[in-house]
Amino acid sequence: MVEVDLKVRHGNFHFEIACKFAAPWTVVFGPSGAGKSTLLRLIAGLEQPDAGRISIHGQYILDSEIGLKAPPGRSMIGLVAQQPALFPHMPVTANVAYGLAGRADMGRHTKQRRIAAMLQLAGASHLADRWPKALSGGEAQRVALARALAPMPRLLLLDEPLSALDASARDQILSNLKDWLKDEKIQTILVTHDAADALATEAEVALIAEGKLTALGPASDVLAAERERLLARLQSGQAAPGKARAKIKSRVRPAPFQG
Amino acid sequence: MDWQAFALTLKLASITTAILLCLAVPLAAWLALGRSRWRAVAEAVTGLPLVLPPTVLGFYLLVLLGPLTGFGRAIASMLGHPLAFSFGGLVVGSVIYSFPFAVQPIAAGFSSVDRSLIDAARMLGAGRIRLLGTILIPLAGRSLLTAAILSFLHTMGEFGVVLMLGGDIPGATRTLSLVLFNQVEAFDYASANRTALLLVIFCGVLLTVVYARPKSLMAGERHG
Repeated sequence: MVEVDLKVRHGNFHFEIACKFAAPWTVVFGPSGAGKSTLLRLIAGLEQPDAGRISIHGQYILDSEIGLKAPPGRSMIGLVAQQPALFPHMPVTANVAYGLAGRADMGRHTKQRRIAAMLQLAGASHLADRWPKALSGGEAQRVALARALAPMPRLLLLDEPLSALDASARDQILSNLKDWLKDEKIQTILVTHDAADALATEAEVALIAEGKLTALGPASDVLAAERERLLARLQSGQAAPGKARAKIKSRVRPAPFQG
Repeated sequence: MDWQAFALTLKLASITTAILLCLAVPLAAWLALGRSRWRAVAEAVTGLPLVLPPTVLGFYLLVLLGPLTGFGRAIASMLGHPLAFSFGGLVVGSVIYSFPFAVQPIAAGFSSVDRSLIDAARMLGAGRIRLLGTILIPLAGRSLLTAAILSFLHTMGEFGVVLMLGGDIPGATRTLSLVLFNQVEAFDYASANRTALLLVIFCGVLLTVVYARPKSLMAGERHG
């Protein structure tokens, strides 16, 4: 359970979102520039709101009123940003191991097993011995995913994490990942501007536009209008084209706020 | 050739550079990553030795470290002798005088490290020291080399601070630039030429190292 109440002002852009993300898998959906990445960066602690509070599983990590601000990395949040941001001076395994360095409870073999398991989960086992500069965009994104998973965060934030992969590879990794996250009870918030991602999963969907939350609820409710048609497209192996996405915006009526 | 002065100059430059790197790396990290409102003030103060005449700096240090101030007397009673007109005093003066030459290249190097890498490391639990040791220094290694060589050379060539603060004592505070000054004063142009040439060649070779961009230290630029 993640509760946020955040206010940020960047010039003309007013970001103001207060809600509870209770589902194990929430998809934050909205057009580019709506504030989706801002929401994730705020929860991650990489940006500070002008005012607000964030609690994860009942524990406050930010409360501007009393000056509480947990440094990023202390709150056990994993983030896979749009840019894979692999450390260029370390091979893939060292990248994935980076978040395990301070773990005194894990022996060397446990760490190695964890790294191998995470690479496999992200479909990147064959990349273990490579260096970041030798990876394609999609490969780097898989490694970034493995790196964020390795420390077993209690909350995982995914910002269009596999955008450089084609739809079928992405769906396959996401579906494996979902099962694993469910088993490990790691709550996940996924940001996307692609309706297909929002519909491919039986997730809770948060619809964001211009820095405001316009709807939050089961995907079937929030995106009801386009659901059937897009599902049909997905099943036939076609990615949702830009046109369909544009239509969604105009047709979907925001569901009542269910926070 | 005054080899004693040459050795003294090298010793002064080495010690100064070592101290400067220890001070400059954390300060540069703070300047490059921090969000404090005091950054502008710190940057201005750091840059002051670039624009102030060395004699101004030398004069204030002479007063501060001499017996006229409580600070100078405290140091004198701690060391058993005043810091002014001693090698230790020269080190203090050189560290301050060459400070911008150490801090500015490192701060620029740290600032050029991709912000998303820093964010990623922080999300994975890296604190400031680990961030410095595993991300910033490896990726901005060349800027550390540049800073070290520039501070070293700048210290080797300093004159005003050394003269004001050191007092030209052979074996203790007489550096090569003072030897050159004395030789010119005495119209001994042949010796002056040898001293000057030594400085020119020595500094020229080291500066070439800065601009030659050794590959092993270019990891950050190559990848980033």
